[in-house]
Order: sequence, then structure tokens, then C-alpha cells
Amino acid sequence: MLDVSEIKTVEHDVVVIGAGGAGLRASIECSAQGLNTAVVCKSLLGKAHTVMAEGGMAAALGNVDDRDNWKIHFRDTMRGSKFLATWRMAELHAKNAPERVRELEDWGAVFDRTKDGLINQRNFGGHRYPRLAHVGDRTGLELIRTLQDHGIHQGMEVYMECKALNLLVDDNGAVCGVLCLWREQGRFMIIKCKAIIMATGGGGKCWQVTSNSWEYTGDGIALAYDVGAEIMDIEFTQFHPTGMIWPPSVRGTLVTEGVRGEGGILLNSEGERFMFNYIPERFASETADTIEEADAWLKDDKNNRRPPELLTRDVVARSILAEVKAGRGSPRGGAFLDIANRRDADFIKRKLPSMYHQFKELAEVDITTDAMQVGPTLHYFMGGIRVDENSQETKTPGLFACGECAAGLHGANRLGGNSLSDLLVFGHLAAVGAADYVKNRREDRDPTLNNETIASHVRSATGILNRETGTNPYLVHEQLQAIMQENAGIVRTGEQLESAISELAALQNDVDQVKAPGACQLNAGWHEALDLHPMMITSEAVSRAALMREESRGAHTRLDFEGEDEQWGQVNIVVSKGATGMEVRKVTRPEPPADLAAIANASIEELESGAVG
Amino acid sequence: MTEFTFRIWRGNAEDGEFVTYKQEVSEGMVVLDAIHRIQAEQANDMAVRWNCKAGKCGSCSVEINGKPKLACMTRMNTYSAEETITVQPMKAFPLLKDLVTDVSWNYEQNKRIKPLQPKERDADGNHRMTQADVDRNQEFRKCIECFLCQDACHILRDHNLKNDFVGPRFLHRLADLAMHPLDTDNRAAEILEAGSGYCNITRCCTEVCPEHINITDNAIIPLKERVVDEYYDPLLWLKRKLTGK
Repeated sequence: MLDVSEIKTVEHDVVVIGAGGAGLRASIECSAQGLNTAVVCKSLLGKAHTVMAEGGMAAALGNVDDRDNWKIHFRDTMRGSKFLATWRMAELHAKNAPERVRELEDWGAVFDRTKDGLINQRNFGGHRYPRLAHVGDRTGLELIRTLQDHGIHQGMEVYMECKALNLLVDDNGAVCGVLCLWREQGRFMIIKCKAIIMATGGGGKCWQVTSNSWEYTGDGIALAYDVGAEIMDIEFTQFHPTGMIWPPSVRGTLVTEGVRGEGGILLNSEGERFMFNYIPERFASETADTIEEADAWLKDDKNNRRPPELLTRDVVARSILAEVKAGRGSPRGGAFLDIANRRDADFIKRKLPSMYHQFKELAEVDITTDAMQVGPTLHYFMGGIRVDENSQETKTPGLFACGECAAGLHGANRLGGNSLSDLLVFGHLAAVGAADYVKNRREDRDPTLNNETIASHVRSATGILNRETGTNPYLVHEQLQAIMQENAGIVRTGEQLESAISELAALQNDVDQVKAPGACQLNAGWHEALDLHPMMITSEAVSRAALMREESRGAHTRLDFEGEDEQWGQVNIVVSKGATGMEVRKVTRPEPPADLAAIANASIEELESGAVG
Repeated sequence: MTEFTFRIWRGNAEDGEFVTYKQEVSEGMVVLDAIHRIQAEQANDMAVRWNCKAGKCGSCSVEINGKPKLACMTRMNTYSAEETITVQPMKAFPLLKDLVTDVSWNYEQNKRIKPLQPKERDADGNHRMTQADVDRNQEFRKCIECFLCQDACHILRDHNLKNDFVGPRFLHRLADLAMHPLDTDNRAAEILEAGSGYCNITRCCTEVCPEHINITDNAIIPLKERVVDEYYDPLLWLKRKLTGK
């Protein structure tokens, strides 16, 4: 019989799950708020997917173009989100981002500089002005290392290579602990706590072609869902337009939007700059419509409109797909991305060093002389755990969420650069919310753990090892990826999404019978098997929400329902766990605050002249 | 598809051996891909660390045919199908299982280093630094913490002087701070205490760095000079003797 009292148990005020940008920023603030803080992360500290972020973090510092301010950043974010972002969150983000970026300098970050010695900012898709603070094309590494080097001195306890298996709740439904698996030794651990902050990132590993690493299996989404939290906007999965497409083993690896921000252009097999053919009406007045103007922008971005390569990611990704389908793709089945003919070799190596390195070493392509071949790759979840717009608390008391695993800031489509600033702004705010909760927590909330529940969680995890025979976890994962790639890709139909749902249901049996041979210590097959449950929940949620939304908006494109439908612009789709399975419903969006609506709907001229806002 | 032969270390600290695997390899694959295929098809429980698969996170450090390398950035076409490819865990750190070692010692060293002690911001809330001021720091800050430099360093690898010497990774972390335009701390004592004197400039660390950071010339030698200036300058020594400071 399993004796739960033999499982190592530790106690903290708050547990932060995930140690990317959001988790680390949240942990730093939790420590600053005087909370005894634990960080649980699946990998070693400093290896989270934030290191892969390349282009920069968006903040209206106005260092490069002093016309920029929070209102224009807010407006860009709302329009990029196709008016589906949470108004208040987009406001908080735009207002807080500059200070969150500046404080990184006090912690050691070394951004690229302007001539005046200020933080330099670069252009990016959907951002009206140069807005992304950056370090070459390795901004994410700078961010995570800065937070790591600062954070380790703030008193937090870091549990590395430790997977959160289940959240534990008390009789009132409030969180009171986490059951973890220490991957290194294969031992379980219980962390008793008063609050939990989820910062686990997305679920890209549900698809075959993704920029995400093995960790991104929708853990936070499923953990929160399983204890009653709601999931929102999950149908909006961002396909980054430029992933590597060759060699096969790196298919999906990100090619930064910074290449286009620095002047790179997209060409089809006929050598045509095809993005001019795909400019949506909403952005027509702000986008160059001739090659001459787009080229002039490269030298003078104040007096010329931006090139169409810098349209929002959903537009560019769909355009590449359309070119390939029309038979005008590159030899490897994508588009050409050319910077070699736009900038000299020294400039490219200085501004895009890791892209140069990545193509040279992995694809044997020299990007200073030859064009890259790129295609869309599943990159980011706009949706995720639904949170209160001010406190970042979920529907489950004591459970907070921030970063990619949370919903609200990005709506139907995220602008590049708004992710790193999201991590900082909402990592910080989630910690403030959690600290308020812990301080004002009702005394009757006694975090007594339910040993029976824990024992059943442990048994279901160890069952995978103890089964005599069963399915191969790697092959089950491959089947799941094939289902999502085929049916819930960049363009979708109702029929495909229905088959995704039924094929996932059929796959459940294989998931339930999965078997990992070997012992419990560092058993990769066991870890793969344990990631299947969160991936199944995440995939089903994406498919069901995508089936319900009968329109095309942002990153969600339905071939059977073309174009935006005003009715659907009034609702978010919310997924939750019901008595008999997954429930999906429409939730009407509240009326926007009048001042924010006026800013979002104003013309640039009205905003800059001060006539609005 | 070409068949390659791999010898991969299997086992933990108590017991282990090289196991031979045959694996089909296709165009463009790297060593980590081959390991993943073996893991999925022949050895489900084999342990290997990895994350980004693009040389940016520094997780998949191993020794391939005796050389410390990132498995994700080592292309299979740099080997011929006739040779056997030997993959083993980093030698400088305690083995946990298969290709995974216990690198926690490195995280302890980082904690020993005092974080940035920044000067005050300008009145408008900004810090000002020129690009030329930060170029050197940006070189060090490219570090992905793969710890291959630590693995290659004979002071750690062969002499195991881990209590006395923080290793090249953390010497250049110290160099980043010591040369940081915003840092107000005099780091000389910290550099000496980190064991900068142990390095005898064999450049093994610089050679294996996948980010091509010139650790020896740009970080370690300037740090050694700083220590010499501070502690072994005869004029300063005399001044200290006379003034008692």
C-alpha cells in the first residue's frame, strides 16, 4: 500500500510553476512581497523557451521615435488582437512595459544602444513605431539570464527538473498544494502552499511543426482545467510565418521576425514580392503599396509607410501558405526570405548574429549571400487560462496565471515583441495579486492535504511504469501530433475539427494504456508518457473551441466561414471541465471603457495631435 | 538513409557500460536527432538533456568522440558511416544517468557572485551607455550556460579543484560585472577568491565554446591583470604599508 506520509513534503507560501520569463519575474516579485517562494521547473534553470525569443520586447519608451507612447502601443495591441483582447489587460501592458524594461538594466541587462546611449528599439510587425528593446537577435537569452542572475539572490527556492503533476485543492476548492515528480531521481514531492502562480507557457508540442521544445505540452492549461479553472481563446494558436523548413530535423525552428524588421523581404519562386498582394483593408492606409515606398522606408521610416512583410503574423503566415498552394513555393515548400540582397554582410552579422549562426551550422546556408527558405510553424498560444483582468487570479481560488499560459492580452493574434513584455508585466502583476491573496486569505482555509487523492495521483503515474505491456509513449505522441497538424492547422474546416475531436477520443485508449519500460530515475519514456494527458486536454480544447468559432479572425482561419463576423467579435469562447467531459461556451464580452475604446478606434493623426486620448 | 554505429554510455553512478546501437540517419540530421531516434525506437528510457535544438539553451552538452560538444549542433555529415560515434556524458560532473550529469555545482558558483551593484539612474529615469561601452559585455552575455568550458577545463576536469576555482564560465560572468558600465563594486577581492590564479591559460575553454566567446583573452587575462594591479603592484603595496589602507 502506498504511504503518502513517506513522500517528501515541503511548505511555501507560494509556488510558481515554470521558470521562463513570466515565472522568474513573478518569483522575483513574490520574494519582494515577502512571500516564501518556490519555483518548480521541468528543465534546468535558464533553459526555458524564453531563451529562444529573438526579436525583442515591446515597450513605448519613445527612445527612437518620440511620437510613441502607451496609447499607441495599446491601440496597436487591440487592433492586432482583432479587438478580442481584454481591454484592461492591454492597457496595463502598454502602461507598465516601459518601467518593466528599464528595471532590467538595474539587474544587469545590456540592451543595444541608440546614438544617445539609450535603449535602442527596432521595428516589428504591427507596431506603429520602432518599439522593441533588443540585444541583437538574442533578446530572450538576455531576459532570462538577467532574471535568473538577479532572482537567485532574492531568496526563492528553485526545484529544477521537477514536473508539476497535479494541483491539490482543499474542501472549498482553493489550491493548497502541488504534487511534483522529481525527474532526476524519479521521486515524488508534495509542496504545501497558500497560492500557486502558473507560468508554464504554451502547448506547441501538440503539433508536428513547431518552434517549441519538448517542455511545451500544455501542462499549466491542463493542471488548471483539472481543478476547475476556465480556459479562454484557446482556438487562437499562432503560426509564426517564418520557421526553418530544412533540414527536416529542425523543421519549425524559429527565424526571427527581426529579419524582416531589419529589411528582409519575402519572395516566391517567381521572384515576386508577393506580400503586396495580401494587404488587408484594415491595414491598407498604413502599409506601403509600392516597392519604391517599401524600399524608401528602409532608409526613412518616419516619412514612408511600412512594407507589407511587416503585417501581422496571421496575415503573413496565411500568405505564404497561399503562395505554396498556388504552386509558387520555394523548392523545399516555403517562401524565400532574403536579407542578403538588402543589407551588407557586416550589418547582418551584427544585427542577426544567431540567425547567421543557426543557418550556417544547421542548414549550411550563408544568409549574407543566399536567401533562407521559410514556412509557418506553430509558435504561440494566444489563449490559455482565463484570469481576472486586475488580479490575474483564475476561477480557482488561490490559483493565478501569467505569460503564455494565461489568456487575455493577445486576443485573436499577438504582435511580435508583445510576448516578452507580457511576461514581465503580468509576471509582476500576478505576484502582486498572489501576495494580496495570501495576506487576505481567509483563516478557515486550512491546507489539509487529502491523502487519498494524492495516493490516486501517484498510482496513476506509477501505473505507467508497472504495466506489463502497453503502448509506446513516443508513438502515441506522434499520432497526437499528426491529428493536430492535419486537422487544426493554419487553416481549418468544421469537418477537420470534428475529425480531430473524434480521433483524439479514439486515441485516449492508447494514452490510458501507455507503458514506459525501465526504472523511475530519469526515465525519458516515463516523462513523455506523463506529458500525454496535458497534451490531450490542450488538443481537445483547441479543437472544440475552433469548431465553435464559425468565422475567421486573427490566427483562427475557417475555410468554411471566411472573414470576420461582427457577432463573433462580441464573444470569447470559454472551455471548462464539466461533470461528463469538456464544456465549451460563448461568453459575451463586457462593454469597453469609453476612454479606451476611443483610443483604440482613433486614427493615428487624432492620437498624435492629442484630439483623442 | 545511411546506417551509423553509435556507442552510447548507459548507466548511473554505480554501474554502467557503453552500449552499441545501429541507427539509420537521413540528410541534415544532427547527433541529437540520432539519439532521439534511438530513444524512441530502441531505448525508451535513455536519459539525455535537451531543449531548444538550435544551440541557444545549452542543455544537450555531451562528449562526442571525446570532444565536449552540443549534440544539437553537431551534424552527422561531419562523420563517416565507417567510424563508430561514441557519445558519453560530460566527465567533469558527477554522472546521474546515461548522458545526464549533475551540474548543480555550477548553479552554486553563480550564487557566490555578488549581483550587479548599479549606479543611480539619470534624472529622467534612464541609464546611458554607448554601444562601444557595452560591446565587450555583450560578448560575455552570449553565454548559453552549456558548461562545456567547465567540462574542458583541466582544473575542474582532471584536478577537481571545485572548491577553489569557479571555472571559466563564472570567471567570464565576473568579467561581465567587472567591466559593466553600471557596476559600482570593486570586484578585485571577489575575482581573487574565485580562483583566477589557477587558470594557466591553456585556452581549452575558449576552444570548446559554441558561442565563440573569447573567454581566455577577453575575460580571464583582464581579470588576472586586475588582481595583479590591485594586490601585487609594488607602488600600491608601499602606499598601503605607509597609510595602513
